[in-house]
Amino acid sequence: MTDIYEALVKIVGKDYASNNHEECYFYGRDPGLMAPHEADYVVMPRTTEEVQEIVKLANKEKVPIVPKGAGLALTGLVIPLKGGIVMDMKRMDKILEVNESARYVVVEGGVTHGALREYLNEHHPNLRNSLPESPPITTIAANVVIHGQGRLTNQYGFNSDMVNGLEVVLPTGEVCKIGSCSVGPYWFSKGPPLPDLSGLFLGWLGTTGILTEVGLKLYPKKKIKDLEILVTDNEDLVPDIIFRITHTEMVEDLAIWAQERPLMFRGNYHISIFLTADSEGELEMKRKMIYDSVQKYVDSRDAGFMTMNLDMRRDFMDNPQKSMTAFADVRRGGGFEYAGPIIPMELYPECARKVAELAIKYRVVYGGSGRIIHGGHCMMFSFAYTFNRADQDEMGRARKALHEAAEFVADKGGVLWKPNIDEQKIMMERMDPNTLKLMTSIKKFLDPNGIMNPGNWEAK
Amino acid sequence: MPELKFDKTKCANCNVVNCLVKCQYIDLDKDKAKEEWQKVINGQDSFVLKACVTCYACEEYCPFGNHPLYLIVERQEEKGILPQPRPITKQAINMTTSQGKFLVGKPEKTALSFCAIPRLYTLAVGKLFEDVLPSWIMGTEFFCQAMFLHFARMSVIKENLPKVIDNIWNQGIREVIFLHDECYGTFTKLAPAYNIDVPLKSIHYLEYLYHKLKERQKMIKPLNIKVAYHRNCSARLVPETDHFVDDIFGLIGVERVKREYDHENALCCGGLLMTSIGYDAGHDVQKRNIDDMVKFGAEYCVFNCPACWDPLAEKVARRGIKPIHIIDLCKLAIGEKQAVEVTV
Repeated sequence: MTDIYEALVKIVGKDYASNNHEECYFYGRDPGLMAPHEADYVVMPRTTEEVQEIVKLANKEKVPIVPKGAGLALTGLVIPLKGGIVMDMKRMDKILEVNESARYVVVEGGVTHGALREYLNEHHPNLRNSLPESPPITTIAANVVIHGQGRLTNQYGFNSDMVNGLEVVLPTGEVCKIGSCSVGPYWFSKGPPLPDLSGLFLGWLGTTGILTEVGLKLYPKKKIKDLEILVTDNEDLVPDIIFRITHTEMVEDLAIWAQERPLMFRGNYHISIFLTADSEGELEMKRKMIYDSVQKYVDSRDAGFMTMNLDMRRDFMDNPQKSMTAFADVRRGGGFEYAGPIIPMELYPECARKVAELAIKYRVVYGGSGRIIHGGHCMMFSFAYTFNRADQDEMGRARKALHEAAEFVADKGGVLWKPNIDEQKIMMERMDPNTLKLMTSIKKFLDPNGIMNPGNWEAK
Repeated sequence: MPELKFDKTKCANCNVVNCLVKCQYIDLDKDKAKEEWQKVINGQDSFVLKACVTCYACEEYCPFGNHPLYLIVERQEEKGILPQPRPITKQAINMTTSQGKFLVGKPEKTALSFCAIPRLYTLAVGKLFEDVLPSWIMGTEFFCQAMFLHFARMSVIKENLPKVIDNIWNQGIREVIFLHDECYGTFTKLAPAYNIDVPLKSIHYLEYLYHKLKERQKMIKPLNIKVAYHRNCSARLVPETDHFVDDIFGLIGVERVKREYDHENALCCGGLLMTSIGYDAGHDVQKRNIDDMVKFGAEYCVFNCPACWDPLAEKVARRGIKPIHIIDLCKLAIGEKQAVEVTV
């Protein structure tokens, strides 16, 4: 049997491979509530060729391999459930190409959303990426693999919908191009007019291959940003309010949130409406259309636009938002995790009530927030609960609240987003058997030795 | 609960009915105004109660100081009329509820009140305040409550104001310099109108600033600028303080342009109208106000109220006029920096 550590050192050099307990301990956990499991090895490749060599090694030795970006999904998706190698992608941090006229970028598999934003600000100030509300160290590749969302999701869909092509190292070690880049130099499409093979990798949580390059759509960056927040105390009105607002097609992003702290927010549902424009005239036209769309509810006194001082408005417009850090009280050892199912808008009222009900039942602090996806076809609803990391009992209660939330939403017909292994089971139990069989066949075909992020999307 | 001292005979003998005739949001001749006002006095239904946008102007228009605004707000609350949407009212009550999180500097006999407005803390720095700082108070425990006039919640004001007065007194403070018209108006007008005892001496900050500038007259370098003064709704509660604006401008070399929408004819910042009525109403007053500033060649728009700053300052700046709070304007005149700015 090969000495795995020595083989890894041979591929990436001794500075970038480790089997030290301290490092394996660190790579055995994420910031959420899932139980840790220590890695056996950690490796940081720099090139696609190195990734290839590592995967070939793992496949030959049948050693599990878990690709990792920033590890911020919070649902344990980068915890090496069966040990093996954790492949930290951060060294693959090159922005390879920006095609300004076709509005796309090609990045290596470890490039972060924050780095891309800064690069675009400096070199292509008229373009922007859809930055998630997670910390800016979130990697683009990991974000699209979990169907992440960002500030442009209301306009353009999941961040994975913005993928324009992929380079993937398959579990057997071959490198494969997906999309227009497979037949020519351009990365303008992940599939059409070819068969769209990106679906073999997006949403699979790293169980079907490792993304070493990602083509990503970029979008116009407007000169002016603004925000309005509509507030209602009746959750049953939210779906219709969202329907009216999205009908205007004037909104960059739409988020709904309710939380019990600080006190000023208690008892209300807040709809953050993000606007962008290139001129005062454009901005005011959009603002007027938004206001007019919900005038019915202002007249009935059921909803109103909140006044904000400029500092508060600036904080609310931050992207990513810092509010979750404050919500979880991270600086004093707090944490939070959320179950984030994708639901149709009509389920919002029930979810909004459930998140508060579970908080009372399990004595935890809640935040319930949602993001509208692609003009209102669906939304992500976050059942978020905070916990004190030094309080095992509270962590346990938060875990139970999240599990119950996941069961509740799945029973209602929602789909669990970036599900942890328990939630994956909830999904697979409810899945059409033939769909599950197809998924299992695809996975087996691509990863015959079951080395890729094992434990995830595993049907019994 | 304290009750409003309202003198019906003053209204019965009133020949002008300015409270409604001069109203910028209701179009009534004198006879119809008298009729509708009598309904308000009698507690009957009047369209006035729904049409009122709580701009406070009738407080200034009434020649007898009979507090028509307070009566309107009382009647709105009695009849369950909501000038603002219900969730916004709920939010206002939540955000001003005492939670024991107030802040104080080193309060002495004389103190600055920043009410519950942190931006006033940012503004009130430098030589003009060195005689009183660090004696200051801030937080919902010291919140003057007058904001609830906009929400038809006189009951909240009446319940909380005596506690606020006690909270200030218990800090050992006997003289308060209020940095907002609404606070000064609460303590000098609203409280007496409800027989609420105020054992404190109230000082308006514009009067304070005027005297401090006079004391430092040698430091003043005239600004030689033309400004539009945006007169806020709460200035209507204390119109007798308006001359301090002119007195200060005279000291620091500032010309208050003689525009249409100033003094008694001042327009609302639009913030409340946007939330209570809708976009068109709010946008209309904002546009007329700013067009008027531009027309009369104002280089700066001078604000008195921090709450007006938020809906208006950026819009003013986008039209090429520099927004500035009057405290910052005074600081500029003695060579200090502007503390609160907007970038567009």
